[in-house]
Amino acid sequence: MSRTHAKVVSANDLRAGHTVYLTSNGGWSRYITQAEVITDEAEAQLRLLDAIGHATVVVGAYLVDVEPGSDGPKPVALRERFRAQGPSIHPSKQTARAEARHVSA
Amino acid sequence: MYQHNDFDQAFLRNRNAQFRSQVERRLSGSLTEDEFKPLRLMNGVYLQLHAYMLRVAIPYGTLSADQMRVLAEVAERWDRGYGHFTTRQNIQFNWVALTDIPDILDRMAEVGMHAIQSSGNCIRNTTADALAGASADELADPRPYAELIRQWSTDHAEFQFLPRKFKIAVTGSPEDRAAIAAHDVGLQLVEQGGEIGFRVLVGGGLGRTPMLAQELRAFLPSAELLPYLEAILSAYNLIGRRDNKYKARIKITVFEHGIDTFRAAVEEQFAKIRPAYTGEDQALLAEIAAQFALPDLRENLAEFDATTRAVDPLYAAWAARAVTDHKRADHASVTVALKVAGEEPGDASAAQMRALADIAERYGYNELRITHSQNVVLPHVAREDLPTVHAALLRAGLAAANMGRLGDIIACPGMDYCALATARSIPLAQEIAQHFQTLGLEEEIGALNLKISGCINACGHHHLGHIGILGLDRAGAENYQITIGGHEGDKKHPAAIGEKMGPGFAYEAVVPALERLLRTYLDLRNGAEETFLDAVKRLGLAPFRAALYAEVRDAA
Ligand code: HEM
Ligand code: SF4
Repeated sequence: MSRTHAKVVSANDLRAGHTVYLTSNGGWSRYITQAEVITDEAEAQLRLLDAIGHATVVVGAYLVDVEPGSDGPKPVALRERFRAQGPSIHPSKQTARAEARHVSA
Repeated sequence: MYQHNDFDQAFLRNRNAQFRSQVERRLSGSLTEDEFKPLRLMNGVYLQLHAYMLRVAIPYGTLSADQMRVLAEVAERWDRGYGHFTTRQNIQFNWVALTDIPDILDRMAEVGMHAIQSSGNCIRNTTADALAGASADELADPRPYAELIRQWSTDHAEFQFLPRKFKIAVTGSPEDRAAIAAHDVGLQLVEQGGEIGFRVLVGGGLGRTPMLAQELRAFLPSAELLPYLEAILSAYNLIGRRDNKYKARIKITVFEHGIDTFRAAVEEQFAKIRPAYTGEDQALLAEIAAQFALPDLRENLAEFDATTRAVDPLYAAWAARAVTDHKRADHASVTVALKVAGEEPGDASAAQMRALADIAERYGYNELRITHSQNVVLPHVAREDLPTVHAALLRAGLAAANMGRLGDIIACPGMDYCALATARSIPLAQEIAQHFQTLGLEEEIGALNLKISGCINACGHHHLGHIGILGLDRAGAENYQITIGGHEGDKKHPAAIGEKMGPGFAYEAVVPALERLLRTYLDLRNGAEETFLDAVKRLGLAPFRAALYAEVRDAA
């Protein structure tokens, strides 16, 4: 099944831990909409090898199956949809967040 | 409370310096992730779905007001202003940066806190009854033994690379409030001929192959605790499986060899190990035990509690659920629910942690506990202060008092945080709690234990819920399996694993299914005294299964 899907390369930021996606210029973005969508399997493997080389920038690079769409690639797997969107928990956490002095986006 | 001595302090300082340098080497690339991962796990650092997570140990669930304040500070300075208390009496910070963790650990070490033994294939933090040292029904305080186990097992060379994680729980009272049957080793303090000892259970654990612990020894003299535990671990270390991660827990070892063979293997090791213990451990235990003495409880106007109950129905309703009898009649233990309907079960904001610390300092002899149901306990409160404590909890938004009710849901982090999850659990818990609160049925339903796990690892202990919910991923959609009849075990019902009811439910279908199930219970029960679990025992599963699937059948 996965052979037929387009891919994006994903990982977690080594320092901050957040989810990141490989962009076409070889950088990393927090947004899946900015990810490079790779349709060729061999090309995907090469991009992954490249990403694994970024060992002091990201951790755990791997390929994610996606469906390309007008508002950006949409992950096929449930888990990856949650990774892309962030927690679904309703915003009662906003009060807690307001208490925190730093708060990253 | 146990105070860290010079040795403990120096140990933590060294350990933190070591980890700081490991993080630096990882960032500079001189350690690979494969090399770094086991090192970070030894210090409580996981990489989750969206962020790093730091799991901080709260040994046997006991902490001081100052320690709680430092947890609040960590939440505020380095996380998003809240923390999540777990069923193993730890706290998890879900949004920390790897680069901040060495500073967090240093800050925590200043108040004797750390993240050691909170992950990895070692002996994990020993958990204990949250009412330990306070409860009226207790035979003896289990925490000195838990602390002895901590000191013995921390960095114990033989147990650093066990086949798998190893969890011990200990309770000192006949009413098991520590779920000992669900642990690798469960210890219960018992008395025989005037002597204190342990009933020792082994091989409990849930996960993909749920099993309840079996009795290994009906009575172990308390002085033999460490050599006997060492014998259990040696036997497990020798014959436990390392070929398959899922078969590596001691429950599988016990199951595959049978309890009698395993017992023989333990006794063989014990005979070798016992002579090496010549009393140093008992001297240490005596020193430790002295630190767990009851605080100097003050005389007070205890009747004020009863007189307030008589005139203030709101207070009376809270007190009926939140207040437990203490060893000393003019004191009580107070349970604070971290389960406000619609909020995330087990979470506390920095402000709530500070409010709890302040209340503990003013009215609770400086002591707090984390329960294995993800709530907080003030173990010692003078009865005359209970109404004031209630008022303070109301102001902090912490006076829910739904302990042991439907709203007191245990839910693992699930797909919102956890890298291993197959479905969400927290939002489902929120919806369930809110739905039944809106219907106003929680009180009528009465005693009910609902537990949710977001994958087969069963961190939410769903097998032991009177109603258990397991979230799975079925062809890219969340699907929830319901079990009923599970139980942690108490004097009335022995521990039991819940029975699977049938095909799973889609996310949106879970709340209506639960409503059908619980309305059926209300219809069928023999009056309000018959709890859901009692009704399941009396009537069997059939009427409840029919209720769950009624909708589906009607449609077919
Ligand atoms: C979010 C990060 C977490 C991860 C990655 C995680 C992972 C795991 C795994 C893999 C197991 C199964 C181990 C085995 O059977 O060999 C497990 C068991 C367990 N976890 Fe977690 N867990 C997490 C959070 C929690 C939380 C928040 C709690 C408490 C609310 C918790 C409580 C437990 C308990 C009680 C068990 C033992 C279940 C049993 O008896 O088999 N965990 N965890
Ligand atoms: S049960 Fe599964 S989803 Fe829930 S915390 Fe444990 S590993 Fe994660």
